[in-house]
Amino acid sequence: MHEMGIAMEIIKIVTDSIPKHLKNPKVEKINLKVGKLAAVVPESLRFCFEVVSQNTPAEGALLHIEEIPVNAMCQSCSYSWTAIEPVFICEKCNSGSVDLLTGRELDIVSIEVEEDG
Amino acid sequence: MEVKLVKKVLSVNDTMAQQNRQFFLEKKVLVLNMMSSPGAGKTAILEKTIKRLLPEIKTAVIVGDICTTNDADRLIKTGVPVVQICTDQFGGDCHLAAHVVRNAASDLNLDHVQLLIVENVGNLVCPAEFDIGEDVRIVVLSVTEGEDKPLKYPLMFRVCDAALLNKTDLLPYLDFDKETVLKNIRQIHPDMPVFELSAKTEEGFSDWIEWLKNEVEKKRYE
Ligand SMILES: Nc1nc2c(ncn2[C@@H]2O[C@H](COP(=O)(O)OP(=O)(O)O)[C@@H](O)[C@H]2O)c(=O)[nH]1
Ligand SMILES: [Mg+2]
Ligand SMILES: [Zn+2]
Repeated sequence: MHEMGIAMEIIKIVTDSIPKHLKNPKVEKINLKVGKLAAVVPESLRFCFEVVSQNTPAEGALLHIEEIPVNAMCQSCSYSWTAIEPVFICEKCNSGSVDLLTGRELDIVSIEVEEDG
Repeated sequence: MEVKLVKKVLSVNDTMAQQNRQFFLEKKVLVLNMMSSPGAGKTAILEKTIKRLLPEIKTAVIVGDICTTNDADRLIKTGVPVVQICTDQFGGDCHLAAHVVRNAASDLNLDHVQLLIVENVGNLVCPAEFDIGEDVRIVVLSVTEGEDKPLKYPLMFRVCDAALLNKTDLLPYLDFDKETVLKNIRQIHPDMPVFELSAKTEEGFSDWIEWLKNEVEKKRYE
């Protein structure tokens, strides 16, 4: 749904990050971290990226998406676990005061860029 | 060559949202971001809510739901200032971004306003991801939707501070299993208050209004 806007945001950040001294830069790969809880569908993101990257230095770049699991920690007993399902109740002590440590990421980690020709 | 970035994709929106938050703090106005799927009853709840808040709590509304509806006309009748955002102008967006809210807020005189309500675009996915600088987030779920909605949209139910279960007047006519939906909400956000109410009959409104007034009070003395 909003993957189009996210793809545009990615291209903007990537384009701004290309070292200025490169002539005809071509972005080969973009490394992303996307949390399981983030409201982003990787397949839609790839599709949108392909469309909006046309005629930019990021055209044809590979989107490498590392999916980040949801890691939760209980505030009461400090037990931590990886939530496979959206159940955020402590498995050990049944407390409902649970912090989500990871799973909401939507980050660009790095880009791989070369000079073309 | 590899260029390390470690940058949030939505950092521009996040920064703008933080500026909004600072602006709203200076104005001492509580900002409430109301979200739901289309037709869950956001506008209906707001009409009844505003009536109960007035004249004690000065309220203003930003309506971001798709322009073709007459939400703004319905809300203007309550007598409070209303700004309609036409999301179509912004590419028919599925959510309100922080800069859009900022533009709309600048059309309002917030000097004597204590509560600014933002009716977000009807959608349970995207608005959960976009901070607008709000203080509290509310999700509305109506009993005509599936009991499994919270499990399908966990982020929305996780990021909200309260949930409103609306259209309870229809319960006698439906197979909707209220206990199941409450259990599903509690799995995702155990501490979150859930107010069961009907925007039609106004049953259940007093607890919700009391909670909301309390939030407004807290902000005033922040
Ligand atoms: N029976 C009943 N209908 C409601 C209730 N709240 C809203 N509605 C109806 O649901 C429809 C959608 O409501 P609206 O407020 O426009 O939803 P929004 O899209 O979330 O703003 C309208 O026809 C309302 O009259 C309720 O508590 N009970
Ligand atoms: Mg509406
Ligand atoms: Zn525990």
